[in-house]
Amino acid sequence: MADASGAAQQHDAMAAPGGGRFAFRANVLSADDLRRALTRIAHEIVERNRGADELVLVGLYTRGVAIAHRLAEAVESFEGVAVPVGAMDVAFYRDDIAIRSVQPLGPTEVPVDINDRIVVVVDDVLFTGRTVRAALEALAELGRPRAVQLAVLVDRGHRELPIRADYVGKNLPTKVTEDVRVRLAEVDEGSPDGIELWGPE
Amino acid sequence: MKHLLSIADFDRDELETLLALSEDFLHVTEREIPKVPALRGKVVVSLFYEDSTRTRISFETAAKRLSCDVMSFSVGSSSVSKGEGLRDTVQTIAAMGIDAVVVRHSAAGAPARVASWIDASIINAGDGSHEHPTQALLDLLTLRRSRGSDLSGLRVGIVGDIVNSRVARSLVLGLDTLGAATTLIAPPTLLPPTLDGWPADSTHDLDELLPELDVLYLLRIQRERKSADRLPSLREYTTRWGLTVERAKRLKPDTLVMHPGPMNRGVEIAAEVAEGPASLITEQVTNGVAVRMAVLYTLLGSGAQVA
Repeated sequence: MADASGAAQQHDAMAAPGGGRFAFRANVLSADDLRRALTRIAHEIVERNRGADELVLVGLYTRGVAIAHRLAEAVESFEGVAVPVGAMDVAFYRDDIAIRSVQPLGPTEVPVDINDRIVVVVDDVLFTGRTVRAALEALAELGRPRAVQLAVLVDRGHRELPIRADYVGKNLPTKVTEDVRVRLAEVDEGSPDGIELWGPE
Repeated sequence: MKHLLSIADFDRDELETLLALSEDFLHVTEREIPKVPALRGKVVVSLFYEDSTRTRISFETAAKRLSCDVMSFSVGSSSVSKGEGLRDTVQTIAAMGIDAVVVRHSAAGAPARVASWIDASIINAGDGSHEHPTQALLDLLTLRRSRGSDLSGLRVGIVGDIVNSRVARSLVLGLDTLGAATTLIAPPTLLPPTLDGWPADSTHDLDELLPELDVLYLLRIQRERKSADRLPSLREYTTRWGLTVERAKRLKPDTLVMHPGPMNRGVEIAAEVAEGPASLITEQVTNGVAVRMAVLYTLLGSGAQVA
């Protein structure tokens, strides 16, 4: 809990979108929960695709990339297959470029030809679905995968497009005004893994 | 930011943000399909009252790679040849519903005038001997890719027709903003009468400075701006200020050689040097597209039209 309060202080100054301040609401997943959820998703991906030979994991910046690497490690540990991992930035494919500042977060790098492979797009939180829509468009320029699947740590609802996840760590009912905050050790320096729900004070 | 008129409009943070964004677009231009839908539906007009190959093609390529619609206007085949003035031309184009105009004009300040007449974003693609901000941006990007993102302390020498050069003015301002030190090197007739507004020092002696420079930037001797009239002869210019093979040997081994093009081979730069390993001239052209994509994206995307 000491870490949660540390994070709380760090985020206290952040303004909520409608004005006002955000406050900590609840822990959604602990570090252990998160590890187990990722292990389960890794198994589900391999089970559903009957192996890992045709898979490519493509993480969406920033935390989706880290999660994709963790899933690949998990798959390799029990299946003995090194699944290629790519990183994708969807900034230039978003549909809200004209209405807010959209800056790229990193270079798109997919190390293999995705034609005829099964691409699993990986992100931390599934919300409106607009990021995933942009990712599908970006993916189409890299080739024509045999299938595209979606893995997310948290599905928080409020979709604005007909998009659903194939693999979900945790279904979390939220209010639109709330915020799901994912911390991953390799992205959020020094902070342990965890997912928290925050909302307006 | 709505317009790009002068490199002086950027502070250091803004300049570094734009250069970082340019690197992202450089990745896009290296892809198999070097095109993104970011600015779908935006209309960009290129309005060039002076000849240009690289700048015009570079802007139009950049706009197309962002999925803009591009309208190209050339003076020779337009109503300008019937005597239409700049203001009427611009307002006619604006009435068609456009988002940005890329302006090149022989009169300093023309892009700023255009910006005051119409509502679209205006990008200065070179105005007289005033400024050429996107050339400076691509030069800064080229340096950043060779030398890392911190350019402070870099020693840059710019040689040539400084007084007539919009490239030099924009570059000096940009280098100064990023903390690099510039020396202007030219015969007395080609240096500005005063260094007011030029954050740089100056010398007539290239040879003395050669071993100290991290970057040697050669300007074109501009026949259309009558650089040569201020010189006894082109041969004398080459003898004292040209980057000959012999002079290139006296540069530090890692000194970078740049030129904005088009080159007068054998005048300001020897052909062997232009094609040598220290030369970044081809890379400058590649980087030009990425920088112009970043400029268009910053002016037309990022909520710019709403703010």
